[in-house]
Amino acid sequence: MQTSPDIASRLAPTSHKKTMKIITAPEHQVAESPAVLAVTNDIDPRTLDLKGVTRIDLAFPKFTDGRAYSQAFLLRRRLGFKGELRATGDVLIDQLVQMQRTGFDVAVLREGLDASAAQRQFDRFAGFYQGSAIDTQPQFSKSVSKNQ
Amino acid sequence: MYQYTEFDKQFVRARAAQHRDQLERWQAGQLTDDEFKPLRLQNGWYVQRYAPMLRVAVPYGEISAPQLQVLARIAREFDTPDPALLAQAQATQNKIVGLAPALTTNYGHFTTRQNVQYNWIPLSKSAQVMDLLATVSMHGIQTSGNCIRNTTTDELAGVAVDEVVDPRPYAELIRQWSTLHPEFAFLPRKFKIAITGASEDRAAIGWHDVGLQMVKNSDGEVGFKVLVGGGMGRTPVIGSQIRAFLPWNQIMNYLEAVVRVYNRWGRRDNLYKARIKILVKAEGQRYFDEVETEYQEILSQDGGLHTISQAEFDRINACFVTPALDLPSMTDEWLAKAEADISIEAAKNSAFARWMVQNVVLHKNPALRAVKLSFKRMGQAPGDATADQLDAAAALVSQFSAGEARVTHTQNLLLPWVRLDALHALWQEAKALGLAQPNIGLLTDMIACPGGDYCALANARSLPLAAAITERYQDLDELNDLGHIDFHISGCINSCGHHHSGHIGILGVDKDGKEWYQITLGGSDGKVLSGAAVPGKVVGPSFSSFEVPDVIEAILNTYKELRLPVPGRHEYFIQTLRRVGQEPFKSAANSARHPTQAQLA
Repeated sequence: MQTSPDIASRLAPTSHKKTMKIITAPEHQVAESPAVLAVTNDIDPRTLDLKGVTRIDLAFPKFTDGRAYSQAFLLRRRLGFKGELRATGDVLIDQLVQMQRTGFDVAVLREGLDASAAQRQFDRFAGFYQGSAIDTQPQFSKSVSKNQ
Repeated sequence: MYQYTEFDKQFVRARAAQHRDQLERWQAGQLTDDEFKPLRLQNGWYVQRYAPMLRVAVPYGEISAPQLQVLARIAREFDTPDPALLAQAQATQNKIVGLAPALTTNYGHFTTRQNVQYNWIPLSKSAQVMDLLATVSMHGIQTSGNCIRNTTTDELAGVAVDEVVDPRPYAELIRQWSTLHPEFAFLPRKFKIAITGASEDRAAIGWHDVGLQMVKNSDGEVGFKVLVGGGMGRTPVIGSQIRAFLPWNQIMNYLEAVVRVYNRWGRRDNLYKARIKILVKAEGQRYFDEVETEYQEILSQDGGLHTISQAEFDRINACFVTPALDLPSMTDEWLAKAEADISIEAAKNSAFARWMVQNVVLHKNPALRAVKLSFKRMGQAPGDATADQLDAAAALVSQFSAGEARVTHTQNLLLPWVRLDALHALWQEAKALGLAQPNIGLLTDMIACPGGDYCALANARSLPLAAAITERYQDLDELNDLGHIDFHISGCINSCGHHHSGHIGILGVDKDGKEWYQITLGGSDGKVLSGAAVPGKVVGPSFSSFEVPDVIEAILNTYKELRLPVPGRHEYFIQTLRRVGQEPFKSAANSARHPTQAQLA
């Protein structure tokens, strides 16, 4: 179970801003470019050819269907995808934080929603227990090293 | 008990603030009912038959005296419906055929998953209640919703004489790992984990989505035997072993694999087929193989970052030391005198003697005992505690149990740190409070869900049946003669009352808008006395609410006729049932049916 050096660099703790780029539905262009993939939530991201891909749109057909969180996590953390991960579909304010934590960086807010309540959701929690796709160290690794 | 760090405390406060924000946006029309529902559910707020219900998390059942006091305050100050709502609810109840206890208010209810529920708090006051809970590091995080629920454990964790490994630090680690896990907030269905570290399974681990049994391998290393895919509900299934030995420090990485594969493949097209048990049943080895592959990739490709360090384990484990009990330097003479004093009191008073036998459990430390306060008595529903009773329980916990108690999965409270020489004083105080019924493990120590009196899902009421059986079996000699019986009542197939695992189980069903009850026999939760976990088998067509008490009596009379003596006592009900089979009980039950006319009256 050796961790290869390139993986190690990918897993190094990253400083990150606690926010996402939020765009409106009209701003979201369903691009017809080979550099942009639109992936349904039953696809295993490990089967995708990511060569030359700069953006992947993942889908939430209903906000209560959480499969795209796992897809995002695998793309970001397991597969090291560096491009844009865009949340589409039934994207609401109260799921933005978990989207960001699983690796999404852009969210297309469902039409008709007021984005003004969004940023304070990112500011609310000082930290979380688990490591995530963007902040890979779990809280316990941080607190123990701090205590030592 | 685990001591909350500043991080933990701040986290709980932030969660309360988040709920307030969501509530206000819902009230302002910025969140629809459907959008708000999964959010409030993941803070424990249901909307039930007449009013909201709040489920407060009690992580692995451990609760402190100050926490009990805050629960009492919430019962007293908040669990009060508008008088018009209560009157309307009672009028609706009164239309249901059959006698029933009146609806009550201002109480907490201990649940089979070691949590505490309230039934009447208006949603408009929910933010205030969450803030109040946060003052003692309590919350409702993930007590409902399609996410990882409160992890439950052995009520005797850390004090059991048959313990191999104390499961509490691991339960705490799982609490932390599962709390607001970003990837697993919207699983196909709810996900329940239970963990035990004793040789006897008192946590019903086979009945959980994941069951963990702590073991030591031949080198003395600590690890987990992992079961997956157990559950009750419409399709009762006992979990299958997916791993014989998982090193202790890999539990988070492994659970991540188990839940990720479920999140991907679990069914989302049918609510009744969405639990992991259906996936495990359908895919079998293929599911196991995928979990193993995923686990290996988490280690080799993601760096296995949730491998628990020894330093972190030590930090958490240090919270679970034996509390300071001011014990006399343990001499044999002290022990002998304390035991002799108990014998003298027991000889003088048979009620105390019965309580010692039924409600007091041996402890790792011979100078201590674990004591069960019984919340099963006439006039109150199983597991219900009024504000005053919660306050009184808090006082007992402070005085007699180092400030710590456990909510048991049989809906009682357990005091884990009682000095041998304090048992008699505790008994006297508990008796004065009506919490010393010596019925632990007996018929009237039944499990019952709130049922149709409160729950919007229920097909039939549980509490009137619980009351009828409690009333009929008040005689302690008779109860003792019947011996240990797990009697479990669920108001619907969701099985919150664990009817599948009862030696005698009752399930409420709805037929033509009337309340009917299926009776099952021979279920087991997995403890030694009951045998390997198994669902009970249904006894013929369902019975009316009027018939059920007579049917139970007929079944118990059959047991008395058929049981064989064993040294010092009789066979237990479950032993006789296993030996002779279901047939004699079934025919006794069927012959206790009422003539058709009586049912229409």
